[in-house]
Amino acid sequence: MTLTVKQLKITVFISSLIPACWLVFALLTNQLGANPIEAVTRESGLWALKFLVLTLTITPLRWLTGWSMLGSIRRMLGLYVFFYALIHMLLYLWLDQFFDVNEIIKDIIKRPFITIGFFTFTSLIPLVITSNNAMVKKLGGARWKQLHKLTYFIAAASCVHFYMLVKADKLEPLLYGLVVVLLLGARIYKAIAKKTTTKAVLARS
Amino acid sequence: MLIRKNKHGELPESEVTDHQVYLDRRRFLNTSAIIATASLLPTGLATAATEPKSSFPDLASSDYAAGEKSSSLEEITTYNNFYEFGTSKTSPALLATEFPDKSEPWKVTIDGECDKPGDYHYDDLVHPFNLEERIYRLRCVEGWSMVIPWVGFSLADLIKQAQPNSRAKFVEFTTLYDPEQMPGQHRKVLDWPYVECLRIDEAMNPLTLLAVGLYGQELLGQNGAPIRLVVPWKYGFKSIKSIVRIRFVEKPTTTSWMKSGPREYGFYSNVNPDVDHPRWSQSRERRIGEFLKRKTLMFNGYEEQVAHMYSGMDLKKFF
Repeated sequence: MTLTVKQLKITVFISSLIPACWLVFALLTNQLGANPIEAVTRESGLWALKFLVLTLTITPLRWLTGWSMLGSIRRMLGLYVFFYALIHMLLYLWLDQFFDVNEIIKDIIKRPFITIGFFTFTSLIPLVITSNNAMVKKLGGARWKQLHKLTYFIAAASCVHFYMLVKADKLEPLLYGLVVVLLLGARIYKAIAKKTTTKAVLARS
Repeated sequence: MLIRKNKHGELPESEVTDHQVYLDRRRFLNTSAIIATASLLPTGLATAATEPKSSFPDLASSDYAAGEKSSSLEEITTYNNFYEFGTSKTSPALLATEFPDKSEPWKVTIDGECDKPGDYHYDDLVHPFNLEERIYRLRCVEGWSMVIPWVGFSLADLIKQAQPNSRAKFVEFTTLYDPEQMPGQHRKVLDWPYVECLRIDEAMNPLTLLAVGLYGQELLGQNGAPIRLVVPWKYGFKSIKSIVRIRFVEKPTTTSWMKSGPREYGFYSNVNPDVDHPRWSQSRERRIGEFLKRKTLMFNGYEEQVAHMYSGMDLKKFF
């Protein structure tokens, strides 16, 4: 049985919604403990980070497996990063700050982990806006690629945001950080390897 | 200050709240097992077994009532910061079910700068004191709060009995270190054992409580069984759990959280809406179970009882 691109996309689309559905279900059935607001805020942020890691895994996985179809789901996974990050951000703005603009601005200036979280979220916006085919065409492949390297900053900043908000047990954010370092490292490694081969080829010719 | 018992003739919280509703599943199953066994016995005995009884008969209520609705037993016993049993809020309730080990009596050492030091078994330590119910607000440094009907006695009574000498300027408290019983201690998320410290006048303040129960029942593991400190005008982490040592010292101890984050956690850690934690605003808090946040009160609403101890101090500096 071979999977068509369409089937793969539908599968990924539906399974990516499962965490959100589960959170809503758990919330309605009172399964999120004594402080459900904190739980949903934390979980939505964590899922944004998980999808970010998945998005970054696509390209190295394609190198390893040669399975080109993987490329077709990268954009969708990226948009799910935004979906979960948006929930996370809205929960903060609503249930933490009750849309009090003064408080929000004060919070962004005063607390480094909020500052980083805020800029990480806003960095997602240009990527979402330029995610459709028309925008890729308009920008041109090279510029589009350049812009979307912002993802690397977003990944690193998300891990720092996570690391900074944890009180004492830094293990989980450090593990995410390690995975992101490996995924970004794979790209650097590939780029260097490519450069050396090109040089070698040039030297021989 | 004399603590008058039962001033308003109020019922202790344990008598007005239906425990059965809140009992956790494990306890519920245990109770069911008792009922099942009891049903084989004569009726009188069976009835006795089904009545949830307070572990502290003749418990007096005190002047100390928060005047607010207490958080539910379920909230108090399932949402805990007790890193000795894992760093998530839910893990203490799951990992502390057998804590403390009932086969060994709990021992508390009282030593340091005092005339009557000693090692006490829990029962001997608690026995001389009149237990009373005190309903206190608890404000966590993370920005949430609860209202808890504690059972306990004034730390001041115990201190008087130990007769601290003139060098006793501070009181240091230590939690049990036993990774076998406290699996969270296998990982060094904090510098175990957990230590806390109060200035002697803070320790002697009538509000400062040694708690042995809540909602009329003995403390569960996740709440710091069998004996813990409750300092309601300070952030929750000052209220050290599962105490094995109380030591009178001349110099303030560097507490576990001060070691972990010296810029974030000060010695005093008084609840103060005007002094922000670097990572959380302290001006508001979410009472567990409530949707909107409420304003945090100076000294957690105990200003009248404690503010005099800090007069003339720059509370931004001594945070």
